[in-house]
Amino acid sequence: MLSLPGGKTVNAVLEVKKLKKYFSTTKGVVKAVNDVSFSITPGETLGLVGESGSGKSTVAYTVMGLYQPSGGQILFQGQDVAISHHKRKRILKKELQIVFQDPGSSLNPRQTIENILALPIRLHDRDYKKGIAEKVQEILSLVELPVEYMEKYPRSLGGGEKQMVAIARALATNPSLIVLDEPTSALDVSIQAKIIHKLIEIQQEKNLGYLFITHDLSLMRNIAHRVAIMYLGRIVETAPAQQFFETPYHPYTRMLISSIPVVSSEEEKLKPGKIPSMGEIPSPVNMPAGCVFHPRCVDRMPICDQEEPINFEIKPGHWVKCHLWSPNK
Amino acid sequence: MSQLILDIKNLTVNFRVYGGYLKVLNEVNFSVSQGEKVGLVGETGCGKTTTMKTVMGILPQPPGKIAQGEIFFQGKNVLTMKKSEIEKMRQTGISMIFQDPTAALNPVFTIGQQLYDVVQHSQSSDDGQSRLSAHEVSIRALQDVSLPDPKRILDNYPLQLSGGMRQRVCIALAIARAKQLLIADEPGTSLDVTIQDQILRLLNQIAAEKQMAIILISHSLGVIREWTNRVYVMYAGSIVEESTTEELFSHPLHPYTRALMDCVPKLTGGGTAEGIPGRIPDYFNPPTGCRFHPRCPHAFALCSEKKPALYHVNDTHQVACYLYQEVKQ
Repeated sequence: MLSLPGGKTVNAVLEVKKLKKYFSTTKGVVKAVNDVSFSITPGETLGLVGESGSGKSTVAYTVMGLYQPSGGQILFQGQDVAISHHKRKRILKKELQIVFQDPGSSLNPRQTIENILALPIRLHDRDYKKGIAEKVQEILSLVELPVEYMEKYPRSLGGGEKQMVAIARALATNPSLIVLDEPTSALDVSIQAKIIHKLIEIQQEKNLGYLFITHDLSLMRNIAHRVAIMYLGRIVETAPAQQFFETPYHPYTRMLISSIPVVSSEEEKLKPGKIPSMGEIPSPVNMPAGCVFHPRCVDRMPICDQEEPINFEIKPGHWVKCHLWSPNK
Repeated sequence: MSQLILDIKNLTVNFRVYGGYLKVLNEVNFSVSQGEKVGLVGETGCGKTTTMKTVMGILPQPPGKIAQGEIFFQGKNVLTMKKSEIEKMRQTGISMIFQDPTAALNPVFTIGQQLYDVVQHSQSSDDGQSRLSAHEVSIRALQDVSLPDPKRILDNYPLQLSGGMRQRVCIALAIARAKQLLIADEPGTSLDVTIQDQILRLLNQIAAEKQMAIILISHSLGVIREWTNRVYVMYAGSIVEESTTEELFSHPLHPYTRALMDCVPKLTGGGTAEGIPGRIPDYFNPPTGCRFHPRCPHAFALCSEKKPALYHVNDTHQVACYLYQEVKQ
């Protein structure tokens, strides 16, 4: 249960609590995800944003059960599902679907679009015998692809159309949550716009929850209801989308927003001054002590390399993990 | 007006494939003056890189075939140059940075070995100047791109460096010898926004110091707006609009440019556009007349008959569209 402003409560479709995922390598333990918590309600899009190496895809894969978490809970409709994929029940797999970044490698090149879309129906729909072809057509029309595409192979489709097929495949089981792992970052903006438009339409129609993993903040401004910024395996700031872009608090968020190249002077005004971007994301094997962001931070204080900041709710729904804003500063 | 250093006239390039020709570049006109920062923007497959490869003399021929056109670099036609002259041009005139720094560096040689090669090669043809050792020049080149500890980096292999550092090494390779023109082909696209910001800032600063002209190729309108003075917009192998950056972003004219701008997600929010209807044309059989006409909401009969020439709307703005010619008539 989540409490919303106004005393209402909504059952979260997905709740992740203190999720940890460590990988052991020859160089030491990589803490890819460290105490990450978030929740998604039906019909909501949570944008999980971060640079490469921040652990955002690891979160997605752990939620999907592709990785076994090292600690923490993943609650799907109240039930703990922090187990690996092959131990999960089929009914659960039906409810949780994923769309990967590269549609070229996530679709089987030897199968027709019809076969690709029929497989999830065959697996999850009990009375599939009642016209599987019609069901495939229905899904294709949902993403506005022509019916002739059923006989085609993925190679004869454009990048955007392939991604539409991947989305159709995720929708085929009628899920309640879709994890979108950078679904448009390999595509051009004009195709991205089409896909995003369709995704929003489908979400409103089916009241779907989206966990949208991306590095594109300006895209999140337009589609996410809430945004969470990840840095080196931690969520450093979470807020409702509008508030997030109007009053960003964390120095990393401010650096990110001021690095975005924009196309109009109105957008330029939204940037929190020109904060020069410095340094690069450090290796997750040797994490900096204290706040992990301190080597790149412009507002660094003596305490920053000593102590890890706590997560502090600065405004209702707006959480920041930074010593600048913590109450016991 | 300052001197033109690069002038491309009516360049048409086809690619020989099984069963015919792909008609990729369609009468491209493009020019760069000394010290200018020119942007070339367009979607995947519109011919941005093909144009620049032809300039550098690295267009694979066959399958590529230059059907017509001329390219002048400092008054000399590149297409009729002898091999030794092209080599000389690459040593002292133009260099190019590619999108993927991982693919541009040889993984089995150290950064030092690769830099020495470039430095020694360009010095052998260099008369009059005092000869520094290759080692000194290499260290200076690495310092120019603000890489910390250049001595250590000389002994590193590319895989020991991060993406941002590799791209800096590529820039160092390109500018190790003073150049007049630097072609940067999507220099930040494979990097994170904060790193992209750093790389573009660095390029800008180097260009100003060494008084080089830059051609920045990108599919991102935001990057173009922030880092160039003048822009060419390319669609399906033709230049459709040319203008100063400021003018282009305040008054985009061509229907394609306008549609593309609508597709870019804005930081100010306001939802997403629906994308551009239709798809990028098939180069095997491109549309007659204006190549954008099948997707254009304003298309009329003339558009499919004759290719519109670039038309001066004012001193700093040209557009290849009949809509604006009619206004004047």
